Amino acid sequence: MDPFLTSRIVTDVLGGLTNGVIFGMVALSLVLIWRSTGVLNFAQGAMPMFATYVGFALLSYHFGYWACVVACVIVGLLIGGLTERLLVRGLYGKPEINPIVVMVGFLIVLEAVAAAIWSSFPRSLPTPFSFKDWQLAGKPLALSPFTVYEIVTALIVMTAVAVLFRFTKLGLQLRASAVAPEVSRLLGVRVGRLLTLGWMLSTVVGVITTILVASNLFQGLTPTVMDGIFAYGFIAAAIGGLESPVGAIVAGVLLGIINQFVTDYVNQNAVIIIALVLLIVSLMIRPSGVFTKRSERRV
Amino acid sequence: MITIDDLTVSFGAVQALRGVSFVAETGRITAVLGANGAGKTTLLRTISGLKEPKSGTITMDERSLVHKRTEDIARLGIGHVPEGRGVIGEFTVEENLRLGAMMAKVNLQQGLDEQYEQFPVLGERRKQHAAKLSGGERQMLAMARALIAKPSVLLLDEPSLGLAPLVTAQLMHTIHSLCETSDLTVILVEQNASSALRIAHHAVVLHVGKVVANDAASVVAADENLRQYYLGLVE
Repeated sequence: MDPFLTSRIVTDVLGGLTNGVIFGMVALSLVLIWRSTGVLNFAQGAMPMFATYVGFALLSYHFGYWACVVACVIVGLLIGGLTERLLVRGLYGKPEINPIVVMVGFLIVLEAVAAAIWSSFPRSLPTPFSFKDWQLAGKPLALSPFTVYEIVTALIVMTAVAVLFRFTKLGLQLRASAVAPEVSRLLGVRVGRLLTLGWMLSTVVGVITTILVASNLFQGLTPTVMDGIFAYGFIAAAIGGLESPVGAIVAGVLLGIINQFVTDYVNQNAVIIIALVLLIVSLMIRPSGVFTKRSERRV
Repeated sequence: MITIDDLTVSFGAVQALRGVSFVAETGRITAVLGANGAGKTTLLRTISGLKEPKSGTITMDERSLVHKRTEDIARLGIGHVPEGRGVIGEFTVEENLRLGAMMAKVNLQQGLDEQYEQFPVLGERRKQHAAKLSGGERQMLAMARALIAKPSVLLLDEPSLGLAPLVTAQLMHTIHSLCETSDLTVILVEQNASSALRIAHHAVVLHVGKVVANDAASVVAADENLRQYYLGLVE
């Protein structure tokens, strides 16, 4: 067997890819909301966390993993839609700091309520996939059925979002509502409903991400499960460009791989420092984001 | 047919339209003329539901349009080409047209083919981003995007703005032909009064929010006082 596949570099790339797709998904969900409503959703980690707790509460009633996943997605749709209608709708057109303050407040409330109901103790989700790395010629390959599940799920979600936006009537209306709401309304597009739908979709992307993160044997579900990952997702979205879904995903994946190399070759404590340095450098060189065309940037 | 009766619209303490009344007949072009700040754009935005009137009525074939949502008014068959054209620069020509066709009950491909026949340059540039089109081409795209939905009423806000005289003449010819060959009702807001009066059947002249003339286009065009004081048309 080829020793290259079990080499340190390949192991780091595969390990980084697993984290990177998660960062990419968080970044994608942030971009979806920013593009459609101009709101930087600081509760983008907490809303899906709450939906995941509610959905996996079904475990107590002897439902299986996949039934819980479906329940999480349904609850995520509801939380996303209700948040847009009840909390965010009145904030459009207001100074950008207003939604930021409201969403940070919402994050704190959701985490506190989740801790009060379900406690802060990690809750393991019974994934049907093994965490044991496959072996190649007696050496472990940095891939297990669970990491393949993570990567394949992320790819499916990203592809579905891309197909929705690029090739469907609904996607065309969602994009139009985001960039030209008044013109869209003049063409008969029901912009209000589409903004709600944008939040629902984004929360579902967040829910799937949270399930993948919390299903990890070494993580489990806690009220703050997405806080650290949200920070990296946010950095990826800022580096890739808040206007660019592709940029967010690519930046997320690259950030994951860089983090893995830093962990392996430098020190785990240096990871966040390096990520922040990358953010600062990219903002200094291209403040609108590496993948955003200058004219697309909203200020 | 669009009937506007005693329409008053305010921006805070400022009245943009004051008791405006006129009828835009089916299959006819009604030109709404006047200087900057006369209230022409506000009138179209109020018809489309983008601005709420303070009082008065707007009806389309006996159906009230007041207090209706913009998207619902659009779905009733009112196409609005806004000032500055409103094409979506990030979208290709074809995506702009597909968006316009969302509410149409016609076959999409048939609608696209009709518009490409009417405006051949759009067919040649169907895959290009609208941001890369010239001013005249953008205006054609904005018109085509409104027309693909087969509206019964078309509101055109300053279509000649920023266009070369030759392009303006072509555009006016196109609008005239559309009315000749269909029952389309057109309300044409223009600062370029001479171009508009050449193709319009009826003309309404606004001055600081009030109607100062409401007559056949030929009558308005022949009125020396109107030409001189309100339309800036000095021989």
